[in-house]
Amino acid sequence: MTDLPKSLADNPRLDRWLRFAEGRVHVSVGKVEIGQGISTALAQIAAEELDISLDRLAWRAGDTQLAPDEGSTSSSLSIEIGGASLRLVCAETRALFLAEVARLLNAAAEELEVEDGTILHAGTPTGHDYWSLAPRVSLARDATGTTAPKPRARHRLVGTNTPRRDLPGKLTGGAFVHDMVLPGMLHARVLRQPRPGATLAAVNEAALARHGARLVRSGDFAAILAPTEAALRAAVEAARPRWDNADTPTPAMSEAAWLATQPADIRTRGSEAAPPPGRSHAATYSRPYIAHASLGPSCAVAHEQSGILEVWTHVQGVYPFRINAAQTLQRAPETIVVRHAHGPGCYGHNGADDAALDAAIIATLVPSTPVRVLWSRADEFAFAPAGTAMQTALRAVLDAEGMPADLTATITSGVHVNRAPGRLLASRTLPNAQPLPPPAESSDPYPGTGARNIVPYYDIPTWRYEHRLVTGTPIRTSALRGLGAVVNVFALECFLDELADLVGQDPAAYRLRLLSDPRARFLVERAAAMSNWSARGPAGTGIGLGMGFARYKNKSGYACVVVEVEADTEIRLRHIWCTADAGLAINPDGVRAQLEGGIIQAASMALKEQLRIDETGTATRSWADYPILRFSEIPPIDIELANTPDEPSLGMGECTMGPTAAAIANAAAHALGVRVRDMPLTRQRILRAASA
Amino acid sequence: MTTLTVNGTLRESAAPPSTPLLEVLRNEFALTGSRFGCGEEQCGACLVLIDGTPAQSCGREIGTLQGRAVTTIEGLQNHPIIAALIAEQAGQCGYCLSGMAVAAAALLARNPNPTRAEIATALDPQLCRCGAHPRILRAVERAARELNR
Repeated sequence: MTDLPKSLADNPRLDRWLRFAEGRVHVSVGKVEIGQGISTALAQIAAEELDISLDRLAWRAGDTQLAPDEGSTSSSLSIEIGGASLRLVCAETRALFLAEVARLLNAAAEELEVEDGTILHAGTPTGHDYWSLAPRVSLARDATGTTAPKPRARHRLVGTNTPRRDLPGKLTGGAFVHDMVLPGMLHARVLRQPRPGATLAAVNEAALARHGARLVRSGDFAAILAPTEAALRAAVEAARPRWDNADTPTPAMSEAAWLATQPADIRTRGSEAAPPPGRSHAATYSRPYIAHASLGPSCAVAHEQSGILEVWTHVQGVYPFRINAAQTLQRAPETIVVRHAHGPGCYGHNGADDAALDAAIIATLVPSTPVRVLWSRADEFAFAPAGTAMQTALRAVLDAEGMPADLTATITSGVHVNRAPGRLLASRTLPNAQPLPPPAESSDPYPGTGARNIVPYYDIPTWRYEHRLVTGTPIRTSALRGLGAVVNVFALECFLDELADLVGQDPAAYRLRLLSDPRARFLVERAAAMSNWSARGPAGTGIGLGMGFARYKNKSGYACVVVEVEADTEIRLRHIWCTADAGLAINPDGVRAQLEGGIIQAASMALKEQLRIDETGTATRSWADYPILRFSEIPPIDIELANTPDEPSLGMGECTMGPTAAAIANAAAHALGVRVRDMPLTRQRILRAASA
Repeated sequence: MTTLTVNGTLRESAAPPSTPLLEVLRNEFALTGSRFGCGEEQCGACLVLIDGTPAQSCGREIGTLQGRAVTTIEGLQNHPIIAALIAEQAGQCGYCLSGMAVAAAALLARNPNPTRAEIATALDPQLCRCGAHPRILRAVERAARELNR
């Protein structure tokens, strides 16, 4: 028995994953499509190992009734763990079918092969196929993980740019949970508690009736139901809820600097020895609160009927959500069915879970009536959890050659993992709300949350860090693409440039002196070559070239990003180059899409994004308050993938975030001759740095 | 009652005149390709053509559209932009894509040979969170080539 990948160890029964019926192979997985192309990449793996065409596949992802429990679709692990599991399932299942045919024909399994599900013996049809044999080959058995998957030389689908199977449907209607309609469905919206602890004193219920709407209420949870979206909107406007006991945050809380003044749970890791004496350098970097800002607001549909609560939602994990909903609603998980449906993406924990819980609660209050909850844009900005503000302070002691010999980091961060029962938005308003246990936030570097990637991938002899976890953030926070790695890599990679500058060395050469992993070195060298780094001019000319490198979680995808900017009082992106190492890329074009998307989201974050807080809570309520990068601001992006197909596949969704943000800041510092260490790199911050 | 043409077919809407066109399309006519993004005419997810001109359908009241011709993504299924978006794999979550396709179709109708910069300017009101922009730009170029063949 080999060590099975987690998804398979948790769901070993083969029939939990595969079923053969009517000429189709029904594949069920827990990893869901959130725009990353996972349903296509996993389909490639399944069809590869089973020797069937992609057209044979019927796909079901994220369903507590019909699909295995693979936890959450997160952390760039869907290929690394989900893909590895599905590959073993399919390889073993194929072998079981071949063993059965070998037995029937009295032949050796090695003489058999599969062609689109049909089983051949020495190239001749045997009259058997997966479907005719399915009644004889029981998959009601646990995987052993001992069947070797296909060698790479025989891959015909894995490693190809297979087109996304979900895209055509997204260019018409009906693809999203937003498009679902159930007979008799009512539209619903929760009157949002403006601040935690606020109590609902009054609602203008008489006004609701005029719009054909009605109120359902449980404690401070209040929702309005109406037959149409227009009636619902009018009713919500007319409801004029009065909330008492709301606290009043202040605009200063918008800044990471405020977070650093707050009481923190302090955890330390790394060397216990004090830093050695010597020449040192210290700098502090930060990022404010960031909106997930999916293009569409969160949505869910729920229906309570005959003792079963069914929820359709775009959450990243249907099983974790079911546990959450069961505890919040105080009922058995088996009475809740959660089914994933497409939603608008953002690669993070947005309002999807909250909207699903809204719908679930409302459905239990109006049994037998299907309910659709669609948040308003303003609610999505104000009440979906945010990527937390963070501050990372670094201090290095340099050796005689000017290289860092010791690194001390102090990270101040809110929580990144925030989906535990009781932590979704509506939970705290219910009459039976329990006091929340402390957040289960890891301070380890691997895989880490706030401390993710703080341990440098460079050869720095000693390091230590302090993770200062602040649970009293002014707004709810959650996992945003890259978690703490974004800010920690931003800080480390900016800091390396500062150190190189301090000792008069080229930043790329300085990195190479600190990198011993040949895969990392290759990416830095290639990115430098692609961007003509050797022609990089002096600082302060208004044109700058900057680099950022990281290996995500120090064990997953590698990315090196070089950015060229033009900067005066603001920063314009001129060109971006990226090299990345994905190991075996299941779908190279999908890998590129993930890299491009990460680069653009990180660039938008580095240059523009900040949620604003005022006395009412989140002041940011619309796209007008929250600009993101637009088409004319996006430069050419050139990407090269390392050719390492014999290495294990590595997730690519998050690895470019930190390197891109750092490369932009480094390029800006090179262009301007002064450095801005706080995201976003706004005109105001540039002017302040220039006048300092 | 408002009578209008939707994708070439005469339709009647019984919705109150102040109802946004987007809700009529989605809920009354079951044309769910136009998407709700903000309801404030700030993101472009609900873009349609009204008499050939791009308009955010969340901000247009049905009562103002008597006798007008509306084209939605469902009416553009044979436009080369659809195949081009798929050929370039120009979407991730896909929520913005129908608005992108409508914006591109409108651009190509008035400018069959747009430069990269002209495409970017035309698409600037359209938001995308996943970072599919480079591919969307390439898709519009590809659709232009297809239209000019």
